[in-house]
Amino acid sequence: MSGHDHVRFLTKNMRVDLALIAGMIAPGSRVLDIGCGDGSLIDHLFQTKACDARGIEIDMAEVTQAVAYGLPVMHGDADVDLAHYPDNAFDYVVLSRALQAVERPREVLAQMLRIGTRAVVSFPNFGHWLVRWQLLATGRMPMTATWDRPWHETPNIHPCTIRDFFILCEEEGYVVEQWLAADDGGRRTPWRRFLNLANIFGEQGVFLLRRR
Amino acid sequence: MIVGSTVASKAHRSYSGAAMDQSVTRMHVPHSHVTFDDGIVLECGTTLQRLTVAYRTYGTLNADRSNAILVCHALTGDQYVAERHPVTGKPGWWEAVVGPGRPIDTDRFFVICQNVLGGCMGSTGPLSYRENPDGTQTDEPWGTDFPPVTIRDMVRAQKRLVDHLGIKRLFAVLGGSMGGMQALQWAALYPDQVFAALPIATASYHSAQNIAFHEVGRQAIFADPDWRNGRYWESGLIPARGLAVARMCAHITYLSEEALTRKFGRRLQNAPKDSTEAINLFGDMFEVESYLRHQGSAFVQRFDANSYLTITRAMDYFDLAADFGGDLAMAFKGARTRFLLASFTSDWLFPTSQSRAIARALNRAGANVSFVEFPTDKGHDAFLLDEPDFHRALAGFLRGCAIHAGLQRL
Repeated sequence: MSGHDHVRFLTKNMRVDLALIAGMIAPGSRVLDIGCGDGSLIDHLFQTKACDARGIEIDMAEVTQAVAYGLPVMHGDADVDLAHYPDNAFDYVVLSRALQAVERPREVLAQMLRIGTRAVVSFPNFGHWLVRWQLLATGRMPMTATWDRPWHETPNIHPCTIRDFFILCEEEGYVVEQWLAADDGGRRTPWRRFLNLANIFGEQGVFLLRRR
Repeated sequence: MIVGSTVASKAHRSYSGAAMDQSVTRMHVPHSHVTFDDGIVLECGTTLQRLTVAYRTYGTLNADRSNAILVCHALTGDQYVAERHPVTGKPGWWEAVVGPGRPIDTDRFFVICQNVLGGCMGSTGPLSYRENPDGTQTDEPWGTDFPPVTIRDMVRAQKRLVDHLGIKRLFAVLGGSMGGMQALQWAALYPDQVFAALPIATASYHSAQNIAFHEVGRQAIFADPDWRNGRYWESGLIPARGLAVARMCAHITYLSEEALTRKFGRRLQNAPKDSTEAINLFGDMFEVESYLRHQGSAFVQRFDANSYLTITRAMDYFDLAADFGGDLAMAFKGARTRFLLASFTSDWLFPTSQSRAIARALNRAGANVSFVEFPTDKGHDAFLLDEPDFHRALAGFLRGCAIHAGLQRL
């Protein structure tokens, strides 16, 4: 999860799933947003839900922007800094469209569910039909609106599908309290109840997890 | 309790002497102050029978006294944060940050700045008249017999003034360098009375390297024959050369290699013709030498050598975690204070790693913390200089805090 590229990826797509994530968070709760970019989500959660929302961001320019906007954001790295929070410090820990960009997704998830009662995770679905089709038809790494960087310079080093994520949750013993698949505009798709369809037509997955 | 505004603080005496080939006359200047006749018990166990705190305020305290910001000065700073200095005639040391429409907006906030305990700008310190054991004053200064003070003593002295002003809770406490140590100490000592703390370019303890640089400065003062074991008032001279060398050495640590290169490079200039200094046998001098000499000689006109010894020692003693079993997080356990940690990329005296360690300790304590490192080549001094991103972040952080404190609407 290195630097500027990752952040550009995040902020470009920040707003599309902001509402979906906010919809999973109870008013007045304590929230940590990892990879918070300029802090749009934490501002939204404070203003509309009176949450005590804080952020961590790796890109210093984004941190400066967020702090200059009056938001409690600190410079930090999801792969390193979560270890410094105490158990159960938050009601929700959010990782929005960054799971695929961290170095150790499994460890980051474990930290999220150590320091938070619940975790909200969203990620672009590598099982989307267009991705599958491009790989099959061209034999090259897919390039889509979501996966828009060549393989050698993408910050998204750990792509996964919605099905992969379900399996990881099962292996790790996490309870999926809610999940949905959405298109890139953040709209819920009608196939959300059917994993097979969601994994083909969903451009991103949004999950609400808790420890078993 | 005695409150003075135009009365000259008794602490101030006149000296004259030679500093870097120039004579120095310490100006006799009055400082606004308040004296607490019940004194203060210091951490070392010594009681000062009387405590004088010299201070300046800017802006207006609101009706419920909730808009007060305490600005803590660094090692060689003083209370003249946002106005012309009465001794040097120079602008206030943080006019870029404190003033009407500035990041710390005196149109909205009531800003307090105090000369620290142990200082030499009107507060009780080595220049003050020594007390007899029965509390009566002698007619000679404390000098090096002034008891050792700590950052915590300084903060407890500041708290006396804050109480005296009728302020129950400070909206914010901030400062850079040693001022940042005080901001940390305030948050640890009076967590319910500090809504926001902004420790800037600072550390939770003084590192071995920092102590080492201070020691070089102190030895320079000790080596000056005019220091006379700290009783220099007896000769009417001050240890100007030693104090100037201490300042020159310290000043290097406030800058960065890049900044020195950018400002001076290897440029030469002609040595002053009337100079008798040995170095000028070379015929010319590097611009950086000239700059440092100027810094040294300007400093001795406004700062007392014994005060320099006292305050550098206070910084050296500072180790906030040590007061909490070595765990810095315990210093902030349950803190509701909102923190902004700020550091600068080229600051090697108080490097970012120190601020990050504080931020992580605050995370462990579950505190609300913002943390930004600003890119600059200006070194430690950057916190005093024109750094627009830093100033924007300061203003924004305070604006956010004002909303949470109910001082300002969304």
